[in-house]
Amino acid sequence: MFKKLTTAFATLALAWSLQAGEPSSAADRFIIVQSTTSTQNSGLFDVLLPKFTEETGIEVRVIAVGTGQAIKNATNGDGDVLFVHAKPSEEKFVADGWGVKRFDVMYNDFVIVGPKADPAGIKGSSDADAALKKIAEAKAPFASRGDDSGTHKKELSLWKAAGVDVKAASGDWYRETGSGMGATLNAAAGMGAYALTDRATWISFKNKGDLAIVTEGDDQLFNQYGVILVNPEKHAAVKAEEGQLFIDWLIGPEGQKAIADYRIEGQQLFFPNAHKETN
Amino acid sequence: MQDFGAAFGLAFHLLAGMDAELVEIVGLSLRVTFAAVFVSCAIGLPLGALLAVSRFPGRQVLVVLFNTLMGLPPVVVGLLVYMMLSNAGPLGVLRLLYTPSAMIIAQAILVTPIIIALSRQVIEDLNNEYSEQFRSLVVPFPRAIAALLWDARFTLVTVALAGFGRAVAEVGAVIIVGGNINHVTRVMTTAIALETSKGDLALALALGLVLLIIALGVNIAAQLLKSTARRRAYA
Repeated sequence: MFKKLTTAFATLALAWSLQAGEPSSAADRFIIVQSTTSTQNSGLFDVLLPKFTEETGIEVRVIAVGTGQAIKNATNGDGDVLFVHAKPSEEKFVADGWGVKRFDVMYNDFVIVGPKADPAGIKGSSDADAALKKIAEAKAPFASRGDDSGTHKKELSLWKAAGVDVKAASGDWYRETGSGMGATLNAAAGMGAYALTDRATWISFKNKGDLAIVTEGDDQLFNQYGVILVNPEKHAAVKAEEGQLFIDWLIGPEGQKAIADYRIEGQQLFFPNAHKETN
Repeated sequence: MQDFGAAFGLAFHLLAGMDAELVEIVGLSLRVTFAAVFVSCAIGLPLGALLAVSRFPGRQVLVVLFNTLMGLPPVVVGLLVYMMLSNAGPLGVLRLLYTPSAMIIAQAILVTPIIIALSRQVIEDLNNEYSEQFRSLVVPFPRAIAALLWDARFTLVTVALAGFGRAVAEVGAVIIVGGNINHVTRVMTTAIALETSKGDLALALALGLVLLIIALGVNIAAQLLKSTARRRAYA
């Protein structure tokens, strides 16, 4: 009796677990979007995607990684749509033939956050160049993503514009965490460091600790998001039709309105700007 | 750090409330890990036993190799499985990337060496006691292996639990090959990583506590099964 029970139980458990390999739910119509952590961590996708799925019946599966990894994955054909924020890299992705066409979707901005004690004395500044120079002069700790993400690329371009060689300071006051935005902010909060972050992640981030925005409002800190269909001529498995539907919806009136309506604690995180400058 | 206190309260609420999303995530965690451990045992136990009782040149090399593979870095396994299953990879046509199957494969690769290495040791020790009898009774090789595996079954449950522990707690591999897709491939560990990256440390820690409690449940169940079976076997 005991043996029978055990066997029956084990068989049931086994059947249940082996079924995990089967694609769950009836959603055979789905697309994979390679995207960035800021869009996921800010909660934007949680309100955006259900609306699209409800209208079209297409499920959207998001892989949220750094922009560099997202582009790499899309180049391998492991996604139907690329939705990231590093315009030069995106344009290269299209120029190299991996993507069909790039569309602007929305923007927000980057901010420099830092400890309240503000050892570099840059609080209230709206000049990114000057702020970064002061951080370098004060040798105040700065936590960098160091992961080839969109934010990291932006940060490197800012250091370059400020004329600071961060490579020389790596391991000293310049600390590359090599991880995502959230992990980098956790590290910055832990060691009282400055960091560059997109505003959406910052507003929705819950472990701010002693950190606050110290520099914002510089035109250089503009953060543009773009969306691209992965080229079906390169990868036959790309679901071009469904992917294009998603892109059209995103840059159409409904998607744009949903983006504009998304707020955390009354603050708008992303500003839709499709069609203004499609290329 | 008030996060600690908050985490315990939150973990209790999550468990007591049977939050639908949490149940889904826990369910997938267990299913993926059970499946991976089952596959690993199906491959690893016979191989481990075979390695324990047979003598051939290069056997020691294999023993050391499997002992070493117990320390396989999950991220590397994740990367290898990703490169195999990617659309640009050799097995891309299977369309397995970003599915629970991919996670099962990755975990099975991590767990199989553990099952082989540990069961090899267990069976080898047992074989030292049995080998003379096997020889005098001229027991055929396959039957000897089956007898050894059967007689070591209680210890081998612990071996399987070691594999379970490794798989259920692992994040580096499953986040690469599964993609942490909500409602599709999100498991306990990737959910913890996600909440940590959102800076919601209390929720992340609470999920960690829940994972620990689930693992405790599995171990208690295995222990009960083992002791009941043992009582019946030797009664």
